[in-house]
Amino acid sequence: MSATFLGMPPFPEAARAAVEDSQLRHNLHKATHTIRDKRGQAVGELDDWAELRSEGAAIKEHTLRHLDRYLEQVEESVQRAGGTVHWASDAAEANAIVTRLVHGTGQSDVVKVKSMATQEIELNRALEQAGITAYETDLAELIVQLGQDLPSHILVPAIHLGRARIREIFLEHMARWGVPAPQGLTDDPRALAEAARVHLRERFLNTRTAISGANFVVADSGTTVVLESEGNGRMCLTLPETLISVVGIEKIVPTFDDLEVFMQLLPRSSTGERMNPYTSMWSGVAPGDGPQEFHLVLLDNGRTDVLADTVGRQALRCIRCSACLNACPVYERTGGHAYGSVYPGPIGAILTPQLQGMSSETDRSLPYASSLCGACYEVCPVAIDIPEVLVHLREQAVEGPGRTGEKAMMAGAEAALSSPAALEAAQRAASAVRGAVPRHLPGAASAWTDTRSVPEIPEESFRRWWKKRGEER
Amino acid sequence: MRIALFITCVNDTLFPDTGRAVVELLERLGHEVVFPQGQTCCGQMHYNTGYRRPATKLAVRFVQTFDGADAVVVPSASCAAMIREHYPRLGRSGSRLSRKVAALAPRVYDLTELLVDVLGVTDVDAYYPHRVAYHPTCHGLRMLGLGDRPYRLLRAVRGLDLVEVGRPEECCGFGGTFALKNSDVSTAMGADKARQAVDTGAEVLCMVDNSCLMHVGGILQRQRSGVRVAHIAEILARTETSEAAVSPTTEEADR
Ligand code: SF4
Repeated sequence: MSATFLGMPPFPEAARAAVEDSQLRHNLHKATHTIRDKRGQAVGELDDWAELRSEGAAIKEHTLRHLDRYLEQVEESVQRAGGTVHWASDAAEANAIVTRLVHGTGQSDVVKVKSMATQEIELNRALEQAGITAYETDLAELIVQLGQDLPSHILVPAIHLGRARIREIFLEHMARWGVPAPQGLTDDPRALAEAARVHLRERFLNTRTAISGANFVVADSGTTVVLESEGNGRMCLTLPETLISVVGIEKIVPTFDDLEVFMQLLPRSSTGERMNPYTSMWSGVAPGDGPQEFHLVLLDNGRTDVLADTVGRQALRCIRCSACLNACPVYERTGGHAYGSVYPGPIGAILTPQLQGMSSETDRSLPYASSLCGACYEVCPVAIDIPEVLVHLREQAVEGPGRTGEKAMMAGAEAALSSPAALEAAQRAASAVRGAVPRHLPGAASAWTDTRSVPEIPEESFRRWWKKRGEER
Repeated sequence: MRIALFITCVNDTLFPDTGRAVVELLERLGHEVVFPQGQTCCGQMHYNTGYRRPATKLAVRFVQTFDGADAVVVPSASCAAMIREHYPRLGRSGSRLSRKVAALAPRVYDLTELLVDVLGVTDVDAYYPHRVAYHPTCHGLRMLGLGDRPYRLLRAVRGLDLVEVGRPEECCGFGGTFALKNSDVSTAMGADKARQAVDTGAEVLCMVDNSCLMHVGGILQRQRSGVRVAHIAEILARTETSEAAVSPTTEEADR
């Protein structure tokens, strides 16, 4: 059974529970700060980081602007190299294509390389309904799958779990999926990794179909690229007979040369490493070497709509490095589940509402899940101005119905600030009650006074003082 | 120099002492301060919450009020950032507003920028015999790029013992309406910042923005921590004479 983000509460509500979970807060603080500092060091080593960053942004901008052309080029070059290209306009189409392709192989089991795109379309659920079992092979993704949990981070999906809990999950659930966890398993990281290795090794050797995503697709050579740290992805990409890759249309780069920029940007931003441990690249099919059947499913699922938004479309530059999550003071305190979306953290707050619209209260709450501190923008290797997009999406959120309290407050403030006379009247009214402000305010204002004192209202405003001072002189 | 003061609505209404300190300081340095009467608010709250239309109206009011000023001083880094960084996004290109913004925005300064870059002073002849913890706010740090300006100014104050709050690059959790909409997360962030301030052993927590100070200060006060808060202008305005007149109160009563 696979879990789903559907029906999660709006961010503030989910965040409250997370903030109160001190174990989670502790785990997240430690993990995000470690990786944040590591990234800072790795980036600090390069004196041309600023140039690399703007180069990365420029390549993505250029590709997105001419996406129609590059998509056709990808189709041509992949087919030329012996692969087959499929087009999916939405999640349902993509899932149907993959299901049909797997059925065509006659298999009922598939191994999976960690992939955000297949999470986004909830492929595992769709396959399950079609009688196909998808086995996650990324260590953290495996933990999440065994525990019937949800991923909470783009790169480290099990970041919310400690090793004691991971041990329990292995002992309880591994047997049902394949090779069981050894008796007497401890929560020593090496023992846990070894249990996963033995469990997965059998899976790799016995499964003939694999499903992956991709970090990049090179248009001119038709090369698909996957970066990972464990080598489990490499197993999936090389051992099976059939390989199906589901890739968002924004993952294209024009040439192999362009890849060089991202091979520097991505590892340093995501894991804080100079070089990525396992980088797999394949162009179509090579006779006698690796999968002999290759299918590339190009996924739109809302992306062309995002492209039409001149402010919002910069979100499509994202290379899913997760640096913005690790840098975010909000994510650090809430974790990924509070966002109620496959893409958590700052990038999730701007991507999810754009990809799936803002019809639900949960989606409308996402652009507000930020103090606009700008730490995400600062670390983003492709210079996505996340705060700018957040504000842009807030503008769309307030267009809708509801929010009567907020709208009334904003209209009240607008009136009070509409002229110096109006402001002065409001200030005088405030000064008149200055001694009588209670410690705890009712209604919406209690959100402030529950935890914070209110400042004392002064006897006179600055402008009153200035006027009197002028008269005295 | 003739300097136009944009006090900001928050300072005007809740923190007039900060405005008085700016006036006192700049006059002491031999400059003339004017207060254009038409000013109200920069529109930051409306803009950041998604209410673009009222924000644009306030931007129009701002550029009309300060049209032709040689220099505008803003004792709030986030309001200065609103004007310099976000106003250019409000007007359509080629519109009257965007032309006015292009002409005015480069002459709008946060107080520390005005002092260091325009007036060329770092030692403002202030006296403040206290241990002060400085926290650079996000808009000052990342949008305006204030860099070491506040530190240089504070280091030149006689008697002042400057310490930095831990993790200075990390947001205090105010974030405007974020503080109300996501008060749990906001408070968690603010409590961490408050603890870091207390850990420095400072008597006073200083920032360049009263809105962030109101948030962390509100938590410090509720916790009866004993740490007071002060806008940088209020520290820079102090001299031996004024320090003797206003000896710092101990912890204010928690209201
Ligand atoms: S938005 Fe930028 S920082 Fe965040 S995951 Fe994407 S590329 Fe990385």
